[in-house]
Amino acid sequence: MRHSVRIAVGPVQFRIGSDWAEPVAALRHLYAGYPQDETRSADATVRLFAARPWRRWLRPSVHIGGDFIVPDALPLPLSMGLLAAEMGMNLQVALGWRRHMLLHASAVAKDGRALIMSGESGSGKSTLAALLGEGDWRLMGDEFTLIDPAAGDAIAFPRAVSLKNDAIAEVASRVDAARLGPLLSGTPKGDIRHLIPRADAIAAMQEPARPALLLFPRFGGELAVEPMGEGEAFVRLTEASTNYVALGEAGFAALTRLVRETPAFGISYPDSEAGMALVEQLWAEAAR
Amino acid sequence: MVDRAYRAAPPGALRIEALGDLTAIFDRRSMQTHLVVSPIPEILGAMGDEACNAALLAARLAATFELDSEAEAQPILADRLTELAAMGLVERA
Repeated sequence: MRHSVRIAVGPVQFRIGSDWAEPVAALRHLYAGYPQDETRSADATVRLFAARPWRRWLRPSVHIGGDFIVPDALPLPLSMGLLAAEMGMNLQVALGWRRHMLLHASAVAKDGRALIMSGESGSGKSTLAALLGEGDWRLMGDEFTLIDPAAGDAIAFPRAVSLKNDAIAEVASRVDAARLGPLLSGTPKGDIRHLIPRADAIAAMQEPARPALLLFPRFGGELAVEPMGEGEAFVRLTEASTNYVALGEAGFAALTRLVRETPAFGISYPDSEAGMALVEQLWAEAAR
Repeated sequence: MVDRAYRAAPPGALRIEALGDLTAIFDRRSMQTHLVVSPIPEILGAMGDEACNAALLAARLAATFELDSEAEAQPILADRLTELAAMGLVERA
């Protein structure tokens, strides 16, 4: 690879190589404030490569490769190189990571305790985490949360937040423009713009937090709170975990412990303001 | 209908954790997780070490739980045993 960059996000050391300079330059900007350790070997490797040597010049198109390759990973135009890198990083962690149970969930922490929010794309989990992370919460991650199978702690994975569509304007109005990446419009997921987490969240990314509240948000509809039983939370989290099966009994033990020790609620909310107020209210009750 | 006998999984093969209304069972042999509801955990608990058919199971469960009729429970228990065998949680004796 002609261009490469090393990035540490939480416990994962990435090496990203690219046939082109642009995606690597964009990553260097987004991850400039993250700790750099050139001596540490990579846990996950992402390669952005041209399908044919001449395609690098003729009609630039980025293919995603790495330790694991998903056959239907579509080539993206070069302008989407940053998105391709992000997809590649997600893919390598989702498929390859074994040290922790990986949950498709956002998380924020306060006083060493974690609020974990699990939901599908569009549930608002990323936006809620990003907005809370601009207040008096520490952003642990907008997409993945890791659970230490032995200790039961939540481990942060604070990659650059991937803001989508309406969330872009909502968050951009509250943060310094220097913390935003370029606007990527017309991606397969709509418009995307990355937000660099606050420096304190990056500095604290190696600090585990005890799970204290599990929420399953749903954006849209009237404000509602539904307590969730341990069994349903278990089922939903097995579905939200990318490596539950691969972890075997360690995953089973970690997940049963998590749902037993952590109160869980399904919530729906009409807008971010109402969602944040509801989260704070549930947190105040859970933290008692 | 033949009342087939089944044997419980060997000791240590299953890790059974009650999670409210659901019970999660991890099978260490297949590495599979099964999610079941009542009366499956009760059936597994009543099987003991010996080969066990639906009639014996009905008698054992009647001693612990209120069954309206052992005779009516028997075909239902036979069905559950067939399903448990299909899941690999019990085996034909």
